[in-house]
Parts: sequence; C-alpha cells; structure tokens
Amino acid sequence: MTLNARKLTIALLQRKEISITIISLITISFFYSLQPKFLSPANVDVLLKITPELGIPALGVTLLMIAGEFDLSVGSVFAFTSLFTTLLLEMGVNPWLSVLLALGACSLIGLSHGLITVKTGIPSFITTLGGLLVWRGVALVITGGLPKFFAMPTEFTNIMAGKITTFLHAQMLWFFGIAIIFLLILERHKFGNWIYSTGGKKDAARAMGINTDKVKIICFILSSFTAGLGGIIQSARLNQALPNQGEGLEFDAIAAAVIGGTSLFGGAGTIIGTIIGEYLSRIIENGLIIIRAPSYYFRLYIGIVVIIAVIINLYIQRRAIRIRG
Amino acid sequence: MSKNKPLVEMIDIHKWFGRVYALQGVDFTVNHAEVVGLVGDNGAGKSTLMKILSGLYPPDKGEIYFDGKKVKFSSPKDAMNLGIETIYQDIAIAPLMNITRNVFMGRELERKIGPISFLDLRRMERESLNALRNLGLEIEDMKMPVENLSGGQRQGVVIARAMYFKSKLLILDEPTNNLSVKESLRVLEFIRELKNQNISSVFITHNLHHVYPVADKIVVLSHGKKVGEFRKEETSIEHITHLITLG
Repeated sequence: MTLNARKLTIALLQRKEISITIISLITISFFYSLQPKFLSPANVDVLLKITPELGIPALGVTLLMIAGEFDLSVGSVFAFTSLFTTLLLEMGVNPWLSVLLALGACSLIGLSHGLITVKTGIPSFITTLGGLLVWRGVALVITGGLPKFFAMPTEFTNIMAGKITTFLHAQMLWFFGIAIIFLLILERHKFGNWIYSTGGKKDAARAMGINTDKVKIICFILSSFTAGLGGIIQSARLNQALPNQGEGLEFDAIAAAVIGGTSLFGGAGTIIGTIIGEYLSRIIENGLIIIRAPSYYFRLYIGIVVIIAVIINLYIQRRAIRIRG
Repeated sequence: MSKNKPLVEMIDIHKWFGRVYALQGVDFTVNHAEVVGLVGDNGAGKSTLMKILSGLYPPDKGEIYFDGKKVKFSSPKDAMNLGIETIYQDIAIAPLMNITRNVFMGRELERKIGPISFLDLRRMERESLNALRNLGLEIEDMKMPVENLSGGQRQGVVIARAMYFKSKLLILDEPTNNLSVKESLRVLEFIRELKNQNISSVFITHNLHHVYPVADKIVVLSHGKKVGEFRKEETSIEHITHLITLG
C-alpha cells in the first residue's frame, strides 16, 4: 500500500461508524432479499416516521453515557411526560403551556436523578432503576392504566409529527436538529470536552478544574428532556398518551448507543454512531415484521447485533493501532 | 516578582488526619528555576505536604508564601491560577481522548462564531504540537488517543501542558513509577528542560537514584518531620539513603 492509501485506511478504520454502516447495509439487503416489500416506499416511509421518536431519547442517553452514567428511566419518563400533559389539558391548561410545563417537569426529573446520583454516590444504574419504577408508577396512577386522548390543536401535532412531503416528516427535523446541536456540543464546544473528560477520567477532569458533578447533572437533565420530547412526539403522532408507551425504551436507547460505538464505561461515543445504531435497531424490528417473523425475535436479534457490534469495534480499534505500528 | 526571594516558602506546616500527626512543623522552600527532590519512605508525609501546596488539603497550622505573597488555597483551582500545577501518580489524562483535547482539558481555546463560542480546534492542535516539540517529544498526530502513547510519552504530554500554561512550579508525584529505564530517562530529560525554561519543579519519589541526577536540592522527610535538606554537592546517595532508613 502507498503511504496515502495506508493513512486513508487507518482513518477509515478508526471511524467506528463505518463498520456499523456496513452491518446496516447487509441487514437491509438481507430483509430485501427475503421480502422486496421491505424497501417499498410505504414501508420506508413508516420506518422514517417512527424512528425519530425513539431516536431522540437515544441521543440524550448517549451524552449521559459518554459522561460515564446510565439512565434506565427514559422509557418511563417518555410515558410520564405525555400523560402529565394530558392531565394538565384536563385541568384546562392551555395546550402549548401544558407541553412546556410537562417538558419542564421531565427536566426536573432528570435534575433529581442527577442530584441523587452525584450527591449520594449511589450508582446511576440504581438511581434511575428507581426512576424507571417510580415514573411508570406515577404514569399508571395518573391514568388508572387507561389510554388518554392527546387532545392537542392540529397546528401542534403538525409541528411535532406532521407529514411535510413523502419521506419527510416533522419529527425527522426534530431528530436531526437535536442531533446536530448535540454533535456540535460534543465535537466543537468546550462542554463536549468536559463531557468526554468527565466520563474518560473523572479525577483528571477534576484536577483540571472541571466541575464533573455539574457536567453529569446537565447530562441527566438532557437525557430526561430528550426522553420527554420523544414521548410528546409519539403521542402527537398517535393522538394518544398510553400508560405503557416507551416500555423497554431504556434498553433500546442504550443498545443504539452501544451499537454506534458508545463505551459502556464512559469517555467515548459519537452522535452519528447512535443515529446509525438507532436506524439499524428499527430496521431489524421492522424487517422482522415484514418477513412475518414472530415479534419475539426482535429482542433476540438486537442482543446479537449489540454483541457483534462491540466485538467488531474492539477488533477494528486494535487493528488500527497495529497498522500504525 | 523578585528573583532574590524564594518562589515557594512553606513555614511550620502541621497536618493531622484524625489521630495521625502527618506533618509536624515542616519548613519547605523552592527557589526559582530549581529542581527539588522530595524524598522519604512511604508514609513520611511527602505527598501530604505537596497536596497542601497544590490546594487539595488546607494545612492545620502554618503559612505558605508564593512569590513573596502570603497565599491561602481553597481548591486546586486556586493553586493552578497562581501557576502551581500537580501531576499525580495516576496521570491526569483521559486515555480515550486525543492529545489535543487532553492538553486543553478544562482550559479550552475558543473562537466566537456569531454569539456562540466554539472550540478553536485548529489553534488547539497547532499549540499542542508546538508544546510537545518544545519539550523534544516528536509526535505528529495530535488526533491520536492518548492510550496509544507509551508511559513516558504520556508524562511528556502532561508536562508539555504545564509548560504551555506557563506554570511556575510543577509538582511531580512519582513520575517515574511503573516506567521502563529508558522511559524514566526521558522523563528526567523533560524535567531538565523545565529548568531551562525557568520553571521550578518538585520531584516526589522514594527512588533516590531517579531524582539524584536532576535535583539541585534534596529534602528528606521522615515520620512527618524534615530530617535533612542539602544542596546536591554537599551530599551523596549513600548519606541520604542512610537518613531515609534511619530517620
């Protein structure tokens, strides 16, 4: 290989996103070969429509994981935020204000998870496991376990989840808008450097004067906020707030982040990786439905893909180091 | 800043940890552009004394003067702002982050685009490259994760960072621990380079053979007390070893 070709190969291999993109393309061809309808415009449109509402929480979870913490409560906060909105609507609060208040409430939930974790030193795995049970419980208490009508004005549902043209939905703009903001924070803003330092080596970050507690708390807030926003978008799309909506989302979000190269130990990860990881998860879910596999298979395949992705990432990383010599 | 006065003067420093009397009235001075070896057996109080100087612990009694002015630190940030930088045993870097991001950790360079301040990555990269070159570290790729560097190179990155931010005093806590002989020699080279650039350093170690070649002055602690302070010319490795072991 010439020097330039070698350099290019190394640069490509270092991008974890490349391997996961290849896995996605293989997966797409697999489902397409079994059932050509998989790539029909109607099905692609469905995929594009449902991915953002589940992908937005994964973006927040990614930031928090890079900072070295977990959030197992996102699925419950996802449901809580929508249901809290309907509760305010029933009390006669202005719809727009209701949503703002609900998003404020879910940010406070993130703040509480962050404060408890940071101030008491309890692992976030435990704090947010508590959050998972508590907020789902509150959601069930609010509704008595029944679905609620998400009575929002049409303008609102259009802004959150309206169809703009074929293959372009409002929720995609939210997804990519937030992705771009988070990407700029991580790669181009000092707060991103603080997030990576906090998750990569907390003591070093502290010694360099970074307030790691504050960094973590802000990431907890962002994680809850994005979960709540995802819930609002789903409810706007369905015109319903469901007590069981977002069940299992916590694991889907962590899976998407890990498939995309985010480290379970903190200190590494990218937004683009999570976006690709999220689409791959949804492609597998949707593809299994299209080929009429029993729905139980979804978790099984995602589990396998998570493990394969992590192994490939590790392998490629080591190879890239070896090539450099 | 007066050149006649010492850079650091710690006078009659006492520190208790519960019932443990860790420092029992220690005086400690560092002059400008001086390499001080701080030696002693484990538990002699070396690290405690330096943690007080770096702002991590307050002394229970005693005074600290820096550049002739009396100072009181409430956090490491206060000490850093004055130009006292500490490199701990478990190096102050995040292994998964690249060299540039580590050099500027917590002190990022920014550039305004409209109302928002973004990282000035190009300048950060250029400055990191220069800082490493000034130290004699030849690494080209500033985007390389630090985990790919050798132990000595990592120490180099941290020392280059301290030099770039114009520290006046660098405290190195066992910088040659876990390093090969060759790598240790490189770190000693870095310390000599610091002195050339008029930066003082305190080299904490229990390995006398590492500090002896570079030190101007050697201070010996034992059981929380200073038991000796010598210009290198006035002493020998044998003499100091004797002091450390017998107190």
